[in-house]
Amino acid sequence: MAERRLWILGTALLGAAALFLAWNLRAPVEFILGLRVTKLAALVVVGAATGAATVLFQTVAGNRLITPGIVGFDALFVFLQTMLVLALGGLGYASLPGMEKFLLEAACLVISAVALFGVLLRKGAGDVIRMILTGVVLGVLLRGLAGFAQRILEPSEFAIVQQSSFASFGAVARQELAVAGVLLLAALAGAMRLAPSLDVAALGRTKARTLGLDYDRLVLVTLSLVAAMIAVSTALVGPVTFLGLLAASLAYGWLGTPRHALLIPAASAIGALILVAGQFVFERLLDYQSTLAVIVEFAGGLLFLFLVLRRPRP
Amino acid sequence: MIETLGLSLERDGAPVLRDVSLQLPGGGITALIGPNGAGKSSLLHALAGLLPPSAGEIRLEGTSLARIPARERALRLALLTQDQAVTTRLTVGDLVAFGRWPHHRGRPGAEDRRAVAEALAHFDLGGLADRPLESLSGGQRQRAHVAMAQAQSTPWMLLDEPLAALDPRYARDIMERLHALTRPGPDQRGVVIVLHDLGMAARFADHVVALKDGRLVRAGPRAEVMTAGVLSGLFDTGLAVERVRGRDVVVPV
Repeated sequence: MAERRLWILGTALLGAAALFLAWNLRAPVEFILGLRVTKLAALVVVGAATGAATVLFQTVAGNRLITPGIVGFDALFVFLQTMLVLALGGLGYASLPGMEKFLLEAACLVISAVALFGVLLRKGAGDVIRMILTGVVLGVLLRGLAGFAQRILEPSEFAIVQQSSFASFGAVARQELAVAGVLLLAALAGAMRLAPSLDVAALGRTKARTLGLDYDRLVLVTLSLVAAMIAVSTALVGPVTFLGLLAASLAYGWLGTPRHALLIPAASAIGALILVAGQFVFERLLDYQSTLAVIVEFAGGLLFLFLVLRRPRP
Repeated sequence: MIETLGLSLERDGAPVLRDVSLQLPGGGITALIGPNGAGKSSLLHALAGLLPPSAGEIRLEGTSLARIPARERALRLALLTQDQAVTTRLTVGDLVAFGRWPHHRGRPGAEDRRAVAEALAHFDLGGLADRPLESLSGGQRQRAHVAMAQAQSTPWMLLDEPLAALDPRYARDIMERLHALTRPGPDQRGVVIVLHDLGMAARFADHVVALKDGRLVRAGPRAEVMTAGVLSGLFDTGLAVERVRGRDVVVPV
């Protein structure tokens, strides 16, 4: 049953991808197709990584209402952009070499996340909630600092920071995309290897340990994968806070299984499907670009409120 | 046999068990009794390897527990804790099947399915296997968790208050099913169980360990520990042990 639903998701994603590529394709076909393939790949990579990372994060946190974004990834990314613009100026920022900037940002995000996880989880993985709260507080601090720095920017420089604060799939460079794709595929493969252990981890720390699982190590490995996935996808296109929550919640609801071997690919497929289908509708049907991220955040925010207000079972 | 030698335990720096030396014989039911805060749950967690001793040693069949790797421990000791909250949406069958994890590590086989079916049948849960856990009554849910411990197929089952909040019918039902598991045979289990219901301890336990304020008060065969003198001193209240229909019954006096 759940397996069949996963196949349906895969088919829907393929259909959406085909529509995205082929709809209204005019000459010069090769050039336009090339652009569309790049954008499609970026959408799939980011959607899949965000969906999978959220399922992993929610499992080790034992909470289905949180997303990795809550520990301050987005705030750190915006803070980095603000600092770069502040230090280099608008022109200097724009002339930064793409690949180096991407790698530096991704590395910065991964190192910060691993440092946060490592320092706060030294006493054992029972402290995941403390780690999350610390991340939330750090996120608020970074947002405050970025907000302060943005006040002293020139209006044109502020516009650059503002633009980079929302995910944008329009201007993804192929080289960076290829690197991100390889990294995210490796992280996804790692997550799939952990899937059976994550099923047990979802029972909670004590139960998992009584079943012989090295829970603390699993949590650290899982959080490292989450950090890599979110960092790479954020550095590639910018932050998409609620996409993960949307994808993970729909995956639980649609599959109705506790098995991570199915949940991880399902959340990945749904994350990708939301972005591809959303971008298709906005770009091809509504002829309206670059607001997909805003709409995803809006729909994700509404879903978040719905999930909180209906008080799901613990 | 499980042995503790001068075992002391701490939680958050505070001592919860001091210098406890005792022997728990294999097979049969051993009841851990004592007032709240006596250290019963901590002892059970330590026996399962989840709480490292601050002093002393635990030996499982002669081997120091600290030297037994986590996975092998899970093949020899099953622990049911008081906290049975499960955040994921599981069916009864899913939950019981998790008991087999130490055996298959994610790749269940025919033997695992057989053990799960047997545990479900033993606790009369066969018809509920596809029901979500949250749709069950408290008693049924408790049975499902004990069945998970049984499915783990370990020689030892350590159960922390599995009768909490159960009415007498469900409580007795679980104890009878546990008692059946301790009968001599190829699949005989040793059950160590924390009990607050002294009536159940008097009715079903073969051995009793009495703890108070983190210290061992008495350990031995049921008849030696379940006496009016020991129980009254243990709980600081008047308790008598009477014979009713040929069985010991604990009554407040």
